[in-house]
Amino acid sequence: MLKSKILILSMVYGLWSMVCLVGCTPRQTNKSQTTITVWHWMTDREPAFLELAKRYEAKTGVKVNFDLYAPSDAYTQKVRAAAQGSNLPDLFGILGEKRDFASFIKAGHIADLTEQMNEGNGRWKNMFFGKALDVNAFAEGNSYGIKPGIYGVPIDIMTIQMVYNQDLFKQLGLNPEQPPQTWEEFLNIGKKIKDAGIHGMVSGWGELWMMDCFANNYAFNIMGKDKVIATIKGKVAYTDPDWIKVLSLFKQMQEAGVLYNGVVIMVNKTAEQLFANEKAVFAFNGSWCVNVYKGMNPDLKYAAMLPPKVSNKYPMVIWGGAGSSFMVNNKSAHKEEVIKFLNWFTEKEQQAYLAEATKNLPANKESLANIPSILAQFADDMEATTHPSTWGVSEFPAVIEAFDKGIQSIIIGEKTPEEVARKVQKIKERELAKKHQ
Amino acid sequence: MRIKSTLENYLFVLPAVTIFLVFYILPFFSVFQLSLYEWDGVLPNKVFVGLANFKEIISQDPDWWRSMLNASWVTLIALTFQNALAFLLACACDREMRLKNFYRVIFFIPPVLSEVVVGLVWQRILDGNYGLLNAWLMKLGFPQLVHSWLSDPRTALNCVALVHSWKGFGWGFLIFLAGLQTIPRELYEAARVDGASAWNMFRRITIPLMIPVTILVVILTILGTMQSFVLIISLVGGELAGHTSVPVLRILASMRGSSRFGYACAQGISFGLILVVISFIQYRFSKRARQV
Repeated sequence: MLKSKILILSMVYGLWSMVCLVGCTPRQTNKSQTTITVWHWMTDREPAFLELAKRYEAKTGVKVNFDLYAPSDAYTQKVRAAAQGSNLPDLFGILGEKRDFASFIKAGHIADLTEQMNEGNGRWKNMFFGKALDVNAFAEGNSYGIKPGIYGVPIDIMTIQMVYNQDLFKQLGLNPEQPPQTWEEFLNIGKKIKDAGIHGMVSGWGELWMMDCFANNYAFNIMGKDKVIATIKGKVAYTDPDWIKVLSLFKQMQEAGVLYNGVVIMVNKTAEQLFANEKAVFAFNGSWCVNVYKGMNPDLKYAAMLPPKVSNKYPMVIWGGAGSSFMVNNKSAHKEEVIKFLNWFTEKEQQAYLAEATKNLPANKESLANIPSILAQFADDMEATTHPSTWGVSEFPAVIEAFDKGIQSIIIGEKTPEEVARKVQKIKERELAKKHQ
Repeated sequence: MRIKSTLENYLFVLPAVTIFLVFYILPFFSVFQLSLYEWDGVLPNKVFVGLANFKEIISQDPDWWRSMLNASWVTLIALTFQNALAFLLACACDREMRLKNFYRVIFFIPPVLSEVVVGLVWQRILDGNYGLLNAWLMKLGFPQLVHSWLSDPRTALNCVALVHSWKGFGWGFLIFLAGLQTIPRELYEAARVDGASAWNMFRRITIPLMIPVTILVVILTILGTMQSFVLIISLVGGELAGHTSVPVLRILASMRGSSRFGYACAQGISFGLILVVISFIQYRFSKRARQV
């Protein structure tokens, strides 16, 4: 009896120990071969990454494992959890705002690549679009307290702007080669859209950040960059007439009928389906849409355009430059090999392959030669781009949330722009007071 | 000998206790500990703020309390409409009727579907532009009833509640049906012999004997509904200017949107405590009801 009990107990503990040991054992790798592990979230780029990894291994003998963790929300949490446990891979991307990027650097997880970028008269640095690099850099005197330098390597870039359906333009009696240039022209199309019984602009405004991006474009156009930055710094109130003007644009769009009914709850995937299926005249989307629309409707005839100007005082600015970037783990045992791989990965040939295979704008400016014409239209507007990651300051998340939800309230006719501005300012003051406590 | 036997017993339960400790108890204390800090989830140094996060939840976070109200409203609809439907259907299927088993399977399909799938299917039905509901209303000659069901703040939360009820009634149905089948048939036969009407049998036999089961269903409904959020994301894309926000979405917003892990933990602890209090009240209530 006792023997059998001891036997059962031994088996239970044996099994338990095996489970623990197997769970904690690192992946078996060939000790003579260097293996670089890359974590990413880009489902659409996975086949191209794997192909490039194969080519790199054939060339150098260094194996590169691209581990995909999607969707991006799950990826974000995985990277954060790995940072807490110091289990980050050799190479990874950070999704989030500049302050999150700064936290990773402060925690010592990300290597400073400034020296490598500047080597050989800045050969590596000069490959990239300046704006793509800016997103990965911290300037002198930045508000995050990070040592100035370059901490990430851009893989591809994007711009977020408007696209319009050229066939539906014809149907509305408009010239498909001449998109609206001014706000009035844009609003006037609303009447035609209503009369024709079709739908206006679609976008993933249910996810908030794209709506924030649209509002910021107009904030730059109406009041200029300096005033926007001054607002973030707390020197200009959101109740300023210029901000109310920005918020009023959403009311005007809703009243003119240029917005798709239900745009406030729309996720971007739905917006992409509607535009690709020719159900909407306009879409506000990023340059990644080229690949998406091609997959959904290869015959779709559309063109890119800058959002129509409200004011001539300041230029129209769109979000862009920021795309996908990789950061080198500062504690990686293969740091040198990782940097060599990144160097190769961002060279003209590899970048051209990535652009061709994934229909994304390459970060290497010399690789634009073979991109499709529609993608080139997005690339043409690169000079008109900005991105919050390059502003040097970040707005409080609570203020951004109140601002974006306020816009939703305006679109659904629940609040006026003035009411929203007052609420946002109240939250801004609360957050500023908390910061100074 | 007795000590040896006790030791053996402890050794046998040790793996289970270890798993429970490592995966439940320690994380709970860890979350509570984090709720006392201001932390962005990445930096190694956390700033101790004591109970400030809890104070902020109570006095400075109207969005949180709004989300609690929204979740309570959805729960109220689930408790009434969803459970009434589940109970009535269970009563119907408890009788001797044709295709009884077929109906049982049909009613249990919605709960086994993923919340994402249910949300997307109902989004297609309730869509303001291309939705089936509006198309039917037009065909049936009620164009005045055509509506943007999901993007109108007056109807969005009710749509969420109804879809949640549609998805969830199957669980209640199953538990109610199991409960009904435990009621001895002899009681009904004796009552019938005594000349009791169907309504009296329902009132005097079915309802009293179903009280413990009903309380179980009520507790499960409250806990399940208060924590629901996936359906909301797939149905209305998020919080719709706060009209469809629920506590779990607020916790996610604090963690992912604001990178305030400490505050998110405090919200999680507060929310957990509220659910524990509700469950405790239910437990006391069920104990008293059983005694009656």
